[in-house]
Amino acid sequence: MSQNCDNSLSGKVTDLHDGQLLIGVTLTIADTEQTVQTGYDGSFTFSNLCNDTYYIQVSHPFCLTKGFTVRVIGDTTKSFKLEHHIEELNQITIEGSAYSDKSKTILENTIDDEALERFSSGSLGDALNSLSGVSSLNTGNTVVKPLINGLHSSRVVIINNGVRMEDQEWGAEHAPNIDINAISNLTVIKGAGALQYSGDAVGGVIVAEASKVPVKDSLYGKSLMTAASNGRGSSLSSKLTKSYQNGWYATLQGSLKRFGDFEAPDYVLSNTGMFERSASMQVGFNRFDYGIEGYYSIFKNEIGILRASHLGGAQDQIRAIESTIPLTIKDFTYKIDKPKQDVSHHLARLKAFKRFDNFGKLSLQYDFQKNNRLEFDIRRGDDREKPSVDLELDTHTVLLDLESDLKDGMTLKSGVMARYQNNFAAADTGVRRLIPDYQMYDLGVYFVADYQLSKQLLLEAGARYDFTFMDVFKFYRTSFWESRNYDQLFPEIVVEEFATQILSNPQLNFNNGSATLGATYTFAEDYNLFFNYSVASRAPNPSELFSEGLHHSASRIEIGDLRFNSEISHKVSLTLQRDDDNFSYSVTPYINTVSDFIIIEPVDVRQTIRGNFQVWEYRQTDAQLLGLDVDVSYAFTNNVRLNSQFSLVKGFDQTLDIPLIGMPPVNISNEIVYQNPEFNNIRLSLQSAYHFKQNDFPNNNFEVYIPQTETYEEVDISSTPNAYHLLNFNSNIDININQQSKLTVGFSITNLMNTSYRNYLNRLRHYADDLGRNFLLNLKVNY
Amino acid sequence: MKNLKNMKNLKFLTAALVTSSLFIGCSKDDDPQPVNEEEVITTMTVTLQPEGGGTDVILEFRDLDGDGPDEPEITNGNLTAGVTYSGSIVLLNEAEEPAENITEEVEGENLEHQFFFTVGGGLDVTISEENLDDENNILGTTFTLTAGTVSSGELTFTLVHEPTKPNDGLESAGGEEDISVTFDVSVE
Repeated sequence: MSQNCDNSLSGKVTDLHDGQLLIGVTLTIADTEQTVQTGYDGSFTFSNLCNDTYYIQVSHPFCLTKGFTVRVIGDTTKSFKLEHHIEELNQITIEGSAYSDKSKTILENTIDDEALERFSSGSLGDALNSLSGVSSLNTGNTVVKPLINGLHSSRVVIINNGVRMEDQEWGAEHAPNIDINAISNLTVIKGAGALQYSGDAVGGVIVAEASKVPVKDSLYGKSLMTAASNGRGSSLSSKLTKSYQNGWYATLQGSLKRFGDFEAPDYVLSNTGMFERSASMQVGFNRFDYGIEGYYSIFKNEIGILRASHLGGAQDQIRAIESTIPLTIKDFTYKIDKPKQDVSHHLARLKAFKRFDNFGKLSLQYDFQKNNRLEFDIRRGDDREKPSVDLELDTHTVLLDLESDLKDGMTLKSGVMARYQNNFAAADTGVRRLIPDYQMYDLGVYFVADYQLSKQLLLEAGARYDFTFMDVFKFYRTSFWESRNYDQLFPEIVVEEFATQILSNPQLNFNNGSATLGATYTFAEDYNLFFNYSVASRAPNPSELFSEGLHHSASRIEIGDLRFNSEISHKVSLTLQRDDDNFSYSVTPYINTVSDFIIIEPVDVRQTIRGNFQVWEYRQTDAQLLGLDVDVSYAFTNNVRLNSQFSLVKGFDQTLDIPLIGMPPVNISNEIVYQNPEFNNIRLSLQSAYHFKQNDFPNNNFEVYIPQTETYEEVDISSTPNAYHLLNFNSNIDININQQSKLTVGFSITNLMNTSYRNYLNRLRHYADDLGRNFLLNLKVNY
Repeated sequence: MKNLKNMKNLKFLTAALVTSSLFIGCSKDDDPQPVNEEEVITTMTVTLQPEGGGTDVILEFRDLDGDGPDEPEITNGNLTAGVTYSGSIVLLNEAEEPAENITEEVEGENLEHQFFFTVGGGLDVTISEENLDDENNILGTTFTLTAGTVSSGELTFTLVHEPTKPNDGLESAGGEEDISVTFDVSVE
């Protein structure tokens, strides 16, 4: 032992191709089994080495493992290079940060695999709700629609595995048709800056991605099981991946969720059960310079709608609103009765790419989606089992994208998009079509360029143009046609006149331009300043154009307008971010000014045989939304961390100078997390979420005559619920079964105090309380 | 060499563009068929037949365009003081050809329906002897109306679908209103 054995070996591991630092690389010294990992800066250090020759194995989950022989004399520095283009090719990241940027000048909020798994038994909307500035518009607790900075539905674009979801997203009570267990990464871009996806994301873009598969011989999988006390249900999900070093891979995934009636603290929410089934399959071949992938998924969801929310006219509404408990409460059951939704969504995608020298990466994608929406109302006689809504929406899209590195630090994304969509409304429902039959053609071209001007400053600019042509066959009631003066305005579009209806053929064109301009300034090592200005144009959706009748689930008559033009939004956002392990934060103020903003508002009360109904009409106005999102994360010690969020948004109708309806109230959430990787990676968290009362809302109340009391009474549909505070507890611990398999056991309680509350953004808030306490047990096995 | 490669790229691009434009120009389907609304009740006719003979009194609410903008046509009626009437309600869907009798459906599903009668404050009229459903709870598609002294006021008919049965009245019945129609009635 005369040797001096206190030498060190240190260095960095980088990508062979572009010199990028690699994080999470494992280096093992043969014989001694001494192991270290590279940190965030790609560096590693071995200590207590002798002057000797060592054989070091360098491995990384997504690279081929390589061996190196190193001669150590004294403190030695040696850097290693790994063939790591596989990462770029798969767009994998190790620490969840680089599922490649969607927009470089808008701060992206992401939810990684681990966090998504905590929402395994919930929905996409539930998971998104955990981000600042993102809330949800709910119908009960199973229809959860994401709301970004106060906007939702057609104003939020959802990209699922590179495919823009076309799942009748215009409806406020239509939840996204995505299984949360099929995705591994969720990114929210609070703005329209990601022009490669769309130009009409007035609210923002949500990007859901399946996990990418490494190029190596491997077989792995995971299964998740959740049992929940509220709803007395469970969810099961499994995923299996096989990959080969030659580039071939396949993934199979399936989920099953079944819940009975959910419960508020004091009563059963009758007919709120759900049954969700989904499966997806992915087969592909990946090489550095070319690849092809096929993806198919099916999603089927049957959702019960709270029985007490299905109402007749205004008299019913008054009774339901004034009653402190729902007017129908039955015993718990798993049976899903009417009213209910039964939705299925198929998505198939074929994508190929090839890299050309001096040209860039060219991708061609074709995707097909088939969405079938059935809505069942409470009906009589022969119609009892028939759906009231039966819509089939088929969408074909071809995308051709080119990503090129023009010169040092400058990249250009460009592409063209062609889309054909066909909506078919079945005629045998016995209910007039909610959405007319139409064919829609879209053609889009875009480019987004970014330029790294200096080490500190990155500039981004982009533009997009979309042309939309809609060929519609719409039946109007003759009385409506004439009352709107359409007989004077559009006599030329009448195809045929029936006894009480007119068949018209509106042909509509929309030319939409959109653009983005932004900069990111990096200073003092871990500070970033993001600035972005985006213009988005959105063509009116079919419901805004063509509604003309009773909307059952809203208990009101809704009227659209054929003459609408596109709404145009100008959004400016600024983010100050500190990205530091111990104390990180981001502060994002924004202002979104929308001209020709389409809103729906009450205009009249109409007498029908079912009593009186409020008439709501769509109108275009100028609107402005102002807000602030704040995220803070502070580490008290290595193991204890505080995560805080604050979101505020104010919306105004500038023409009438009144607040916009449905703006999320201010909310603050604070979460204390204890995590110890040394003790089975135990994680405990307690979250407190405070939702203020929304004080800014338009007064849409109306008076209606009640024959029973012979008085006029006000129907209070505007007042907002009181502020509420919820506590949620979450815990999980890892147990190693053997070298390959790991079991994660989780236990959580939501609404710990069993607080009775109503949420302003729940469309059923007039009729019932929100969910009571829920105990959840999660088991996850990785193998 | 490089030019050749670029040419190839160009070809690839062109091919892709052509493919993408293929499905623009699909043939148009046949014109869609109109939907006849099957469930709508356009017309409620209440026939009051005086006991011991005389002319029937008809109360009618008719709204052919359903929830469309046209105002309903309402026919009110006058009763004779002291007379007992046997009442019956007929519901029609005149949006269909020929008109569909909805009363038959309501009577067929009698356990799930109930008519409620609301007599306004000023009106001296009593409703009794409503017909019963299969479980001997009130259905109310036929009834007896007794006109009291000279008076006038409102008479409201409410049909509730899926009420809680039996119940103490409209307030606690739950369900949803399929009909809620008020007539101005006078007893002369």
